[in-house]
Amino acid sequence: MKRTRVLTTVAGVAAAGLALAGCSGGGGDGGGSEGGSGDEVEVFTWWAAGTEKAGLDALVEVFDEQHPDVEFVNGAVAGGAGSAAKDLLQSRLQAGDPPDTFQAHAGAELQDYIDAAQVEDVSDLYDEFGLTEAFPEDLLDRLTVDGAIYSVPANIHRANVVWANPGVLEESGLDPAAEYASIDEWIEAMEAVEATGKTPLSVATTWTQVNLLETVLLADLGAEGYEGLWSGETDWTGSDVTASLEHFETLMGFTNTDRDGLDWPDATQQIIDGQAAFNVMGDWAEASFAEAGFEAPADYVYFPVPGTEGVFDFLADSFTLPVGAPHPDGAKAWLETVGSADGQTAFNQAKGSIPARTDADTSEFGAYQQTAITSFAEDTIVSSLAHGAATPVAMLNQITDATSKFTTGASDLATYQEELAAAAGE
Amino acid sequence: MSTTALVTTSRPAPPSGTVGSAVASRATWRTIRYVIAIFFVIIVLIPVYVLLVTSFKAPGDAAPTRAWALPQEWTLDNWKAAWTTLWPAILRSFQMVIPAAIVSSVLGSLNGFVLSRWSFRGANIVFAGILFGMFIPYQAVMIPLTQLMTGAGVPSGVPSLILLHVVYGIPITTLIFRNYYASVPHELVEAARVDGAGMLRTYWSVILPISIPSFVVVLIWQFTNAWNDFLFAVFFASSQNGPVTLALNNLANGAMLQNYGVSMAGALLASLPPLIVYILLGKYFVGGLMSGSVKG
Amino acid sequence: MNGVRKVWPPLLMLAPSLVVLAVFVYGLIAANFTTSITDNHTAAQATGQQPTSFVGLDNYVGLLATDDFQHSLMNLLLFTGVFLAGSMVMGFMWAWILERPARGEGLFRAVYLFPMAVSFVASGVVWRWLLNSNQGENASGLNRLFQMIGLDALQNNWWNNITFGIIAIAIPAIWQLSGYVMALFLAGFRGIPDELREAARMDGASEWQLYRYVLFPQLAPVALSALVIIGHMSLKSFDLIMSISKAANYQTKVPAVDMFVFKSSFDYANSAAVGTVLLVIVAVVIIPYLWWTNRKENTR
Repeated sequence: MKRTRVLTTVAGVAAAGLALAGCSGGGGDGGGSEGGSGDEVEVFTWWAAGTEKAGLDALVEVFDEQHPDVEFVNGAVAGGAGSAAKDLLQSRLQAGDPPDTFQAHAGAELQDYIDAAQVEDVSDLYDEFGLTEAFPEDLLDRLTVDGAIYSVPANIHRANVVWANPGVLEESGLDPAAEYASIDEWIEAMEAVEATGKTPLSVATTWTQVNLLETVLLADLGAEGYEGLWSGETDWTGSDVTASLEHFETLMGFTNTDRDGLDWPDATQQIIDGQAAFNVMGDWAEASFAEAGFEAPADYVYFPVPGTEGVFDFLADSFTLPVGAPHPDGAKAWLETVGSADGQTAFNQAKGSIPARTDADTSEFGAYQQTAITSFAEDTIVSSLAHGAATPVAMLNQITDATSKFTTGASDLATYQEELAAAAGE
Repeated sequence: MSTTALVTTSRPAPPSGTVGSAVASRATWRTIRYVIAIFFVIIVLIPVYVLLVTSFKAPGDAAPTRAWALPQEWTLDNWKAAWTTLWPAILRSFQMVIPAAIVSSVLGSLNGFVLSRWSFRGANIVFAGILFGMFIPYQAVMIPLTQLMTGAGVPSGVPSLILLHVVYGIPITTLIFRNYYASVPHELVEAARVDGAGMLRTYWSVILPISIPSFVVVLIWQFTNAWNDFLFAVFFASSQNGPVTLALNNLANGAMLQNYGVSMAGALLASLPPLIVYILLGKYFVGGLMSGSVKG
Repeated sequence: MNGVRKVWPPLLMLAPSLVVLAVFVYGLIAANFTTSITDNHTAAQATGQQPTSFVGLDNYVGLLATDDFQHSLMNLLLFTGVFLAGSMVMGFMWAWILERPARGEGLFRAVYLFPMAVSFVASGVVWRWLLNSNQGENASGLNRLFQMIGLDALQNNWWNNITFGIIAIAIPAIWQLSGYVMALFLAGFRGIPDELREAARMDGASEWQLYRYVLFPQLAPVALSALVIIGHMSLKSFDLIMSISKAANYQTKVPAVDMFVFKSSFDYANSAAVGTVLLVIVAVVIIPYLWWTNRKENTR
């Protein structure tokens, strides 16, 4: 009967499918310890494409040279600055199945893992690998929690950079090489741009607005005042914070109305296309300009956010040693490479950031990176809010939510300030 | 007994006095239907147009402000990159999806039959219990679920995903089949019972033959659902042993600087297998399976 | 007249599903509920470094009292309403158009179904572009399209509106699911025996009466399946919102996003509470439906 034939075919296909699945299931399990002659290390990151992957690949090359007996296993999960990866990571750590090492922003983002006793103290590795001498004092301070350090930074990025289009500036009667001493002066420049019909300040979705917020707070409160926001010394409900938030409100008034639907490269693209004059973004934006074939200062200019000269608002990608890692020796080998001069040079050259070590060979780095290196060595270092260095995740999420409410018009300045204070107070 | 002849539906003749105008209005109706259908085809394809056009653009060209414009320079690089990255994952997706879809459909069909036409007291409560499973918010239970799967020792990748898609597919497949069978006339089943058929035999000889359209809808759903699932893929597979959604995510969202052209090419590529399935299964959207089943 | 049926053959048939669902659904729901009545709000507590205690329904009270969560619920209501209406209307209309055999039916069907094949993980970006809220000179996306075809007046903010913005997000959702609703109705239409239609025509029924008294009742179970499916997709809409407007955007917050944000903040108790709230909402809607179905079928 036809029906029997159809059903036999279907059953056959299903069985074949299951058999195939069985075969692949056995052989395809990537993270398991399959023996072989040496150790391995499962490296969990969210770098799966682009310059990040190029950086990771370069690092792996150095790793293979330094530790040929340890196999690198790529556990990358892409997406949204790690949102999918962090989601998975949380579950794996909870379920007692940690990777050998995972990527995390250095600083307060690690606080939850520390509290949950899920990451190991690696201070002795710092001594072993000589990192205590190689990293600047300021950075070490920021990484130390209660006398212990929990991660090894692979790079340093700067978050308080303004990128600008000289053409648009000139059209507005502004000098592209001008330096603005404060936010107020900068606002005047923005008014000039607004008169020409272009967007004075381009910004994108909420996290970039938080990035902007932190630079404004930094500019108005100074490095100490800014740091005090996170340590509890600065009063969130104070009038100086109010004045700063008013600056933020004014600046947001100069931005593009479709900001919430844009991702950061789209805002940078507006500078590249000459639709906007200024954009505040971390220095990974440099890669956008490079890709567009732009050269500074002819096609684009950059400078620290007005009012933050001499301050380096840092964030760092770093690697940890989870408690209960299946291959701790492999992980330590990886951390050694990450912290090594060769590793940092290779990684940062490809990725576009700068090394955390002061003694890495940076002669071949690009023009922007050289200025960043100088600044990192000389300027005061503060921790970035938007990128996990200054506060734990929960606080950042609350600040982000409050900011979205404010910039979409669902709350007023007073409520905004209250909500920020509440977020910080916990 | 019921006929299994496949008879295409045809419209019966209208009352005789109005043949002329009836023919004219039938033709008008047909044109109107075509016009409406084509209008919606255009609407539905608008986003697809953007996807397609962007997939042929170079990185600088593929930007939101140039969404509607044709590529300045047509390039196949994106498609090549997408294919190289995605094809192993596409194979694994097939390995996962086909068994999952078939097994969960069969289970749903049996469950649906039992709950609607070979029923028992309390069947509707059991149905409610099964149906509720559809609504479980995955995000909230991922951690206990991870612990459960690790504890059960199911290998990560394709085996885990097959298990999960079958399990979580049961509620919806049961729903669709049960409601479809609810409109099967009782007489059909009674006739079989009167002839002495038991539960399984009734299913085999009466229900299964007329289930084809519902199998089609259920398979379409399960195939698509499993194919495009991202959450389970992230949690229970890795990029080495996972399905196409993981690979696509890594391709599209893996760098700070997104390459929109590659993302779109990848998205289109990943959507072709389900589309092919829809076309193949579409042949079975036939009518008249229950013709002759109701005796006057 | 159904007679006495033995319970055990059907139950045996259902047993594998029931066992599996007991573990994977109800067991997990129980685990989730247990978490939601604790004060497990930090990572330290989650791994036992710090103690947790039971706090009864405090988390629920806390959540439901906040403006933000109420906003999320409102968004969910709006989104679901528009999504349901849109998909049902489109899907039914397409099925109705295609159910009489027509040339090219296969092609139309494939086109209408195609959106379902496209995953939002990578294609969400396109909708983000299309729903860009700029109007006038800087318009791109659909607003730009409207300008190009002379329908300038249709331009609007799309989802960039704190009260109604979520409705714009229903558009991609409708785009994706209407084809499937069409498939459900097509299967439904095709499953109706011809004799029923012929009998009605013989009795002199007009088209409208045919639909009202013969076809619609037969299609009612299918329509209800469609409603349940769309409803559950709406509650779970997460990938769509994440890819178009991301987690933080206030305009498009829904409980599913809140759940995710709580979880990423290591606030497991509140995340679990949101999950349970969603389940309760579902129960409130589903139970009447099931009760009504039960009654209706028992009076046949």
